[in-house]
Amino acid sequence: MISNRAASHNRQNGELLLDIRNLTIEAEGSDGWQPIVKDISLHLRRGEVLGIIGESGAGKSTLGLAALGFTRPGCHFSGGSVTFDGRDLLKESEERRRQLRGTRIAYVAQSAAASFNPAHRLIEQTIECVMMRGLASRGAAVQSATDLFAQMQLPDPETIGDRFPHQVSGGQLQRAMTAMAMTCKPDLIVFDEPTTALDVTTQVEVLASIRKIVEEHHTAALYITHDLAVVAQMAHRIMVLRHGELVEHASTQQMLSEPEQTYTRSLWAVRTLEKPEEPPAETILSVSNVDAHYGDFKALDDISIEVPRGRTVAVVGESGSGKSTLARVISGLLPSAAGAVSLNGVRLAPSLKQRSRDQLRRIQMIYQSADTALNPRQTVMDLVGRPLSFHFGLKGRMQERRVAELLDMVELSDRHIVSFPSELSGGQKQRVAIARAIAADPDVFICDEITSALDQLVQEQILKLLLNLQKEMNKTYLFITHDIATVNAIADQVVVMCRGGIVQQGAKRAVMSSPDHPYTKLLLSAVPQMDPGWLDTAIQNGRLAKQNIE
Amino acid sequence: MRKEIISNPLFRTIFTRLGLGFVTLFAVSLIIFAAIAVLPGDFAKATLGRAATPETVANFQKSLGLDRPVAERYLKWIGGAVTGDLGLSFSSGSGTPRTVGSIIGPRLKNTLFLAGITALVAIPIALLLGIIAAIRRNSWLDRILNAVTLASISFPEFFVAYVLMLLLAVKLPLFYSLARVTPSMGSIEVLERIALPVLTLSFGIIAHMMRMTRAAIIGLLSHPYIEMAKLKGVPPWRVILRHALPNAWAPIVAVIAFNLAYLIVGVVVVEVVFVYPGIGQAMVDAVRSRDIPVVQGCALIFAASYILLNLLADVIAIATNPRLAHPR
Repeated sequence: MISNRAASHNRQNGELLLDIRNLTIEAEGSDGWQPIVKDISLHLRRGEVLGIIGESGAGKSTLGLAALGFTRPGCHFSGGSVTFDGRDLLKESEERRRQLRGTRIAYVAQSAAASFNPAHRLIEQTIECVMMRGLASRGAAVQSATDLFAQMQLPDPETIGDRFPHQVSGGQLQRAMTAMAMTCKPDLIVFDEPTTALDVTTQVEVLASIRKIVEEHHTAALYITHDLAVVAQMAHRIMVLRHGELVEHASTQQMLSEPEQTYTRSLWAVRTLEKPEEPPAETILSVSNVDAHYGDFKALDDISIEVPRGRTVAVVGESGSGKSTLARVISGLLPSAAGAVSLNGVRLAPSLKQRSRDQLRRIQMIYQSADTALNPRQTVMDLVGRPLSFHFGLKGRMQERRVAELLDMVELSDRHIVSFPSELSGGQKQRVAIARAIAADPDVFICDEITSALDQLVQEQILKLLLNLQKEMNKTYLFITHDIATVNAIADQVVVMCRGGIVQQGAKRAVMSSPDHPYTKLLLSAVPQMDPGWLDTAIQNGRLAKQNIE
Repeated sequence: MRKEIISNPLFRTIFTRLGLGFVTLFAVSLIIFAAIAVLPGDFAKATLGRAATPETVANFQKSLGLDRPVAERYLKWIGGAVTGDLGLSFSSGSGTPRTVGSIIGPRLKNTLFLAGITALVAIPIALLLGIIAAIRRNSWLDRILNAVTLASISFPEFFVAYVLMLLLAVKLPLFYSLARVTPSMGSIEVLERIALPVLTLSFGIIAHMMRMTRAAIIGLLSHPYIEMAKLKGVPPWRVILRHALPNAWAPIVAVIAFNLAYLIVGVVVVEVVFVYPGIGQAMVDAVRSRDIPVVQGCALIFAASYILLNLLADVIAIATNPRLAHPR
């Protein structure tokens, strides 16, 4: 990331800033204290950036917080040491640790929207640390915060601080939070998934701002993420964690070119999954010239899509582009204001209340969060059995047999038949949701970001499952996603949406290889690539593409 | 400028709530009137005794206006109430008219005085104790506060009143046991006289408000912005005061408003125990003598104070919510 040799030399021989040795952290569970970080050692020199990657539950955040000598409620340090600038934080008093936090070690949280206090203006929160410790006068603190806002490329740096968090967008908040972390000029910043909640095009800009400011201030950083391609842009070295244990630790170059562990390679696998494009087929679902409104706001503008039988049409776009609204219109949850939705050549009523039960059966939705889509008080048997009795009148033993078959189809063992959703993992819950959709034997599945909340490995498994089901039963998917890797993995055709309209659609290869609309170009260029030089190119391309859109 | 005020959601909400408050009050006045109209018992028969002939009862009712249709009586009453005239008490003699206002007025003043002094004592103490309990949560201090407040909520008020009277007026003669106040007394003497009722009322409402303050603050502590504050090195007391409390005002203000309303409308037991001439006693007396205009007047004032205080709580809750006070 710093190209010149002197800087690199500096890093390797720089002063040791953080030295974590054999750290073990335990969390209190239903069966006593269980280790969630196991015997981890790491070190960080001044100006160095260490990437920590792993899936959820790998102990990344816990390790990141440990660098501040902090554990969440219900966790405690049970062994090892965290030496910051020569002092073991675990042996210091809480008062001493508290004085280091914010001033010498700062933290940037995953969700800036939740981590800014809704009751105070941004500037008050940004300069709180400086003011609290009397490090500068108010005027000087505001001035330096304004400078940092400008460095983070926030719009109107002079006045943006006067706004409340809800008056600022997510990407801007994330940058403001990085500025807040910089105010006391800390030696070390822990970034905990700072761009995970952002759209890809926003992510590029935030990544660029973070990298720039960390370089300019020569700040050391722990950069936590689950995205290998993101960490490749930011870190000099990368650590891979799994179940609280170290899997692999190497320089970024080495980690990208020749990862030693199969687990590390598998983390990358979903990115390489690619469905061969199938030839076109007869249209099963057609959407023509559809408009939809939320109150006065026009959410969909003249949308026309043809979905062929047995194929996957991926709908991509950022949050707010109208992807989910389209799903709601097709399913009849949100009656369209104009245009028509036809299934098998039969025009459907705009509202699901006016559709026949058979028409309802033929379109099934699967949602992003299986947690909220599955009733927590029903067993898998009830959840999957309900559409069977509702649509086909299957009862008793027959129903039970069919549920077992369906679970087998989604590769769940039939011992889960009596489980409640809370007893299942995220991936298993999504499989139950898929089984429930298959139970109705629909023509079209509408999948709304169904892999977004899952870890990479689980994502890959779910995508493979969907591909197999499609091959075996010739099912049709309308697959809504913001993730280009997922599009590559599953789609035959692609529809790109932006601000409620379609900017480009066509066969996958055509759209991906020759994006003729500037927004499609921007979207594609914003997807992080493993190449460490990607970010620089992406910033260049992104600026050009943005200018073209405006 | 004017357009801005109308489009500002804060002002719009306040106006809507005010309007709704009036509608509610109007509906309540209907209910009060209807409920009293269908109640058994007749002032004329009760006053004239069993020996009264139907003619004398009818004449008496006519003189009170009770022979008119219900709708007409309601309109006359509510029309007067809007201008502040609650009508004449049935206890008026032929040459000596007594307005409902002149009966309720001084009593209401006494009640507001007692409620005001109690609020001045209780609210700051409750907030302070609630905040301390939240900062030192799960410490021995928090546990003791919790146990004591739970006990004081659980004891009935008359019991607390008599115990205090026994301890602080009889065994240890520090305060007056009865709170009989007259308009001729100086303010210091009045304060001395009402010390025990204030103490009794404070016990219950401090406990209630303190527990709510503590719960509202602690309920916010699992939010990410609280963790962020800790990770910025903000000391624990400042985390509570600056990062949790400003987000906790809505529930706290709601429970304060509820308790203030209670101080105005629900303290008849305490008034009776300490023989304090408040509005609660006035209403009970009026019910006993079937003095319907006074009963209606009291009920309307009670309803109005509930509605007004809750309206105030809503407005404060909205004003302390930056999403509404500072729209995008």
